Amino acid sequence: MSTSSESKHPALADHFIDLKQQYDSAQLGMWSFLLTEVMMFGGLFMCYIVARSQFLEAFVDASHHLSIGLGGFNTIVLIVSSLTMAMAVHSASEGHQKKTFKFLLGTLFLGAVFLGVKYIEYSAKIEHNNIPGDNFEWHGVANPANVELFFGLYFVMTGLHAAHMIIGGGLLIWLMVLNHKGRFSKEFSTPVELVGLYWHFVDIVWIFLFPLLYLIGRHSA
Amino acid sequence: MSEAVPLKIYYRIFSALMVLTAITVGIAFVDLGYLNTFVAVSIAVLKATLVLLFFMHVKYSNRLIWVFASAGFIWFIIMVAFTMSDYVGRTWVEAPIPLP
Repeated sequence: MSTSSESKHPALADHFIDLKQQYDSAQLGMWSFLLTEVMMFGGLFMCYIVARSQFLEAFVDASHHLSIGLGGFNTIVLIVSSLTMAMAVHSASEGHQKKTFKFLLGTLFLGAVFLGVKYIEYSAKIEHNNIPGDNFEWHGVANPANVELFFGLYFVMTGLHAAHMIIGGGLLIWLMVLNHKGRFSKEFSTPVELVGLYWHFVDIVWIFLFPLLYLIGRHSA
Repeated sequence: MSEAVPLKIYYRIFSALMVLTAITVGIAFVDLGYLNTFVAVSIAVLKATLVLLFFMHVKYSNRLIWVFASAGFIWFIIMVAFTMSDYVGRTWVEAPIPLP
C-alpha cells in the first residue's frame, strides 16, 4: 500500500488502494460482462436446440448447404487469432511495446479475414434467396417453412457473432493507439488483458457455432 | 499484472485446439448415429474449457473468477434441462383433461 508521499502510478484511479486491487476489480467486472454475454448467446442456443429437436429433418437438410470448408477455415483463423491475442496480452504484460503492436495487428488482420470469409458465405446465401422472408426459396427435400427457421437462427447467431468481431476489431485499434502512446508496462496492462478475455469469449462462441450449424447435420439419425 | 503464463503452454493449447478441430471435422463425415451430435458437442466443450482455463487465465485466477466462469455454464445447463424436460417429456404423462 502506498502512502501519500509516494508518487502514484498514472493508471491508478483514486478509489483503489493499489494496482493489484484495481486489476482484480477490473477483471471481475469484465467477467460479469461476459456472463451477460453468455446469457444473450445462451438464449439463442436454447432456441436452436428446441427448433432442431422439433424440425430435425429441415435442420439436417439446411446444414448440408453450408460449406464445411469455409466454416472450418474460419474456425482455424479464429483459433490462430486467439493465440496471437494471448501473445499480445503476454507481450504487453512484459512491457514489450513493439511485440505487443505486432501481435495486436496480427489479431486484427485475422479478425478481418474471418469477416471476409463470412461475407463470401453470406453472399452465396443471398444469391440463393436463403434469407428468411417473403422471397425465401428452398429446393431441398425438407419443408421450406422449417428450413427458413434454420436460416433465421443461422443469420441471427452468426450475425451477432460477426457484430462482436467488428466491435473486437475496434477495441484492438483502441489498444494499438494506447500501446503507441506507451501506456502499457509490466505494472499495468489491464486493457489488453480485458480485451483479450473478450476476444477469447467470441472465439468460444464460434467453437460452439461451428459444430452446431455446419457439422452435426452431416450425419444425424 | 497477473503472473505470466509460460509461452510453451500457449503453444501446446493452440496445438491441442487445432488437433481437436481436425478430429471434430473428420468425425462429422463418419456416420455414428446419435453419437455424432454427442461427440461434436463434447469436443466443443473440451475446446471451450481449454480456452477458458489457459487463454483466459482462469486456471491462474482467484477463486471468485472460477465461480463467475462456471456460473455461465451451470446457468445454461439448467436452462436447457428445464426447457427440454417440457419439450421432450410433454407426451410422457397423460393430461387429466385433454388439451384443446
